[in-house]
Amino acid sequence: GGQAGQGSRKAGLIIAKILNSLGYRIFIYDDYQSLIKGGHSFSKIRASEKKVLTQNKEIDFVLALDQETIDVNLIDLKEDGLVLFNSNRVNYENGIGIDIETIAKEEGGSSIMANTAMIAAFAKLVRIDFELFKKVFQKEIKRDLDVNLKIAEKAYAKVEEKIKIEKLNNKPLPLITGNEALSLGAIKAGLDIYYAYPMTPATGILHFLANHKLGVNTIQLENEISVIISALGSAYAGKRSMVGTSGGGFALMTEGISMAAMAEIPVVIVNSQRPGPATGVPTYSGQADLNFTLNAGHGDIVKFTIAPKDADECYEWGGRILNLAWKYQTPAVLLIDKEISESTFNLEVNKEIKKEDILLWDKEGEYKRYEFTENGVSPLAFPGDNAVVKTTSYEHDEYGLTVEENEEQIVKMQEKRLRKFEAMKEEVDQMEDAVKVYGKKDSKNVLITWGSSTGPSIEAAEDLDIKVVQIAVLEPFPDQIFNEIEEAEKIICVEQNALGQLAGLLAKNGIEAEELILKYSSRVITKEEIKDLLKEII
Amino acid sequence: MINLNTTCKNTWCPACGNFGILAAFKKAIENEDLNKIAITAGIGCHAKIADYLNINSFYSLHGRSIPAAEGIKLANPEMKVIVFTGDGDSLDEGIAHLIHAAKRNSDITVILHNNRLFALTTGQFTAVSVEGFKGKSTPMGAPESPLNPLELLLAANATFIARSYSGNIKHLEETIKKAMDHKGFSIVEVLEPCVSFFNTSEYYNKNTYVLEDKNLDSREEALSKIKEWDYTMEDKKIPLGIFYDIKKEEYHKRALINKKEETVEEILLELI
Repeated sequence: GGQAGQGSRKAGLIIAKILNSLGYRIFIYDDYQSLIKGGHSFSKIRASEKKVLTQNKEIDFVLALDQETIDVNLIDLKEDGLVLFNSNRVNYENGIGIDIETIAKEEGGSSIMANTAMIAAFAKLVRIDFELFKKVFQKEIKRDLDVNLKIAEKAYAKVEEKIKIEKLNNKPLPLITGNEALSLGAIKAGLDIYYAYPMTPATGILHFLANHKLGVNTIQLENEISVIISALGSAYAGKRSMVGTSGGGFALMTEGISMAAMAEIPVVIVNSQRPGPATGVPTYSGQADLNFTLNAGHGDIVKFTIAPKDADECYEWGGRILNLAWKYQTPAVLLIDKEISESTFNLEVNKEIKKEDILLWDKEGEYKRYEFTENGVSPLAFPGDNAVVKTTSYEHDEYGLTVEENEEQIVKMQEKRLRKFEAMKEEVDQMEDAVKVYGKKDSKNVLITWGSSTGPSIEAAEDLDIKVVQIAVLEPFPDQIFNEIEEAEKIICVEQNALGQLAGLLAKNGIEAEELILKYSSRVITKEEIKDLLKEII
Repeated sequence: MINLNTTCKNTWCPACGNFGILAAFKKAIENEDLNKIAITAGIGCHAKIADYLNINSFYSLHGRSIPAAEGIKLANPEMKVIVFTGDGDSLDEGIAHLIHAAKRNSDITVILHNNRLFALTTGQFTAVSVEGFKGKSTPMGAPESPLNPLELLLAANATFIARSYSGNIKHLEETIKKAMDHKGFSIVEVLEPCVSFFNTSEYYNKNTYVLEDKNLDSREEALSKIKEWDYTMEDKKIPLGIFYDIKKEEYHKRALINKKEETVEEILLELI
């Protein structure tokens, strides 16, 4: 850790990549505040033999660019843990000091290159071969590589080996954030254009897509209202569009969700939660927008709301949700949070994602945008297709012309949408992974959870031999859950909000959670916290 | 010729200014490839035009006619996109979109039906209502002064600014054609009477006059033409015509620049 501007995030990523190349499975949690310089930021890197989806409370190594890193993190340091610190700024008698800023300066580097010295010093401390360090390092640092390598060599020479981190037999996997993973998944499903107004923690999607040449245009507009309405305009014209925001921006987008539902225009909205209400705690995490997301948009609306738990699921659902939105011509929300958006995971692609075909107009006869069909989904045509394509926010007839006087027509169009909602529900009920199960599958104690609460719940449940049920598709509500709780004697909800919003959704569907494990401190719930509370409950 | 009419019953009040705009627009697109035209509309009396024209249309939410049009243009730059909007729609609810679309030089044509009040909600003041306007929400007179929207759009760097009048269909048709031919953001403010709540027919018939098209690239002259009339109801001359017309690269050409040079698989390899 260090002050904002000292580059601790990049340093953390390089250390993680070194460990990744040794075959470790990685999880990085990045902690920062709403400021640009100063303050205190840190990356918490977990390296494990098997895949991990959440941070550990206890720490083995503290690498301190500044004093606060020690002050903040010492409390979680294990008894045999080690502290490596920047002796130009930090004073700590029980650690290993190294004058990284002096080294950087002596070798003609800038002050931010002190980072390089810190990474190299750590590599030596845990007996990582310099050549391996160099291989990873030069892939990550392109600018002033020679100076950086000189700094690294000098720091590497200055530190004594303490322990050895062994190489594992695992094959290294990509290191990716949830934001990046969902972007790539959406691209596999044919994403054409991404609209956004910057908002933490969703901004990473905009940055990632803008900084890669993947053929997806990124458009930043004046506010979230124009963002969603322009996305609808693009989808109407035939382009697969996605938008991303957090709760406050999502609030502005709700009129667009309602429009998309009425006009039956496909759009994917990524809502990455942070604690609210209002501006809340903008650079931290929470799950308090479930009720709001499920109820977003005025009028009778059923959309898709899908909550992946990690990067693998972000990649997969990022693609599948775009296909679903176009299959059913509906708004669809990918509901994640800061912990998933900005944490770094190892990615394993388990399911191939591709752009699926959609129901298109057969170009016979007169085009009716809202033609009545059995499942309520009408064939699509786009402007330029030699059809007159009329879309509207008003209740309408099959051609998309306003209907106000004709009551029967109003009912018929509403019922067309209801049939579509039924079809969407059937689709979800047939998914193998709308509901996922972990831990001891025949346990009578069942944790029901969603999104970023799932990772720590799984680890807690494995330790305590109980069952975890993750609801990945939250809307339409999947019937699969009823099979999973048939034998349950005690249902416990684990979620990161103050009102027990998932428990509320379960109650609405006739499932009563006996106990709630809630965390609403803005910091992510840990497996230790879940275990402690579970011991009192079961 | 293709029948531009739909099955919708027209519900504008008899003698509404919108009839003039509908007629002028139909004439203006007579020789256009209708397959390459899409219109958007917001919500208000103006917006019913989407129901009365048998062409591609996106009948949007109140205030959101412009972002819908910008999205269509970005998705398919071959389309000519025309926005129908009202003063309530884009000078009140959606004014941010209007300013930014002008600033970006989005290649859309905005036809602003300016009847100077909210009509469909039966008569409240808007950003361009006359000072002291007595509507249902302001029985003692509106406590605000009107905005000059064209002055605002000049400040926002709109590249084509014009004004016409629904009572001068020939002029309106020609102005719309020129606006549609302009590459980049164009606005045609159309003064129109609201025969039910603010009937300005007589006033506009008496005071409007058509300017000669000259020095259209002069910002100073544009400003002085724009400021000649200040949205009062006093006897002042109201210029119609093109006030400003300059060339600038369209937004979509500057924004749609992401070429596919990498694959997802390549990026995943890089991330190891």
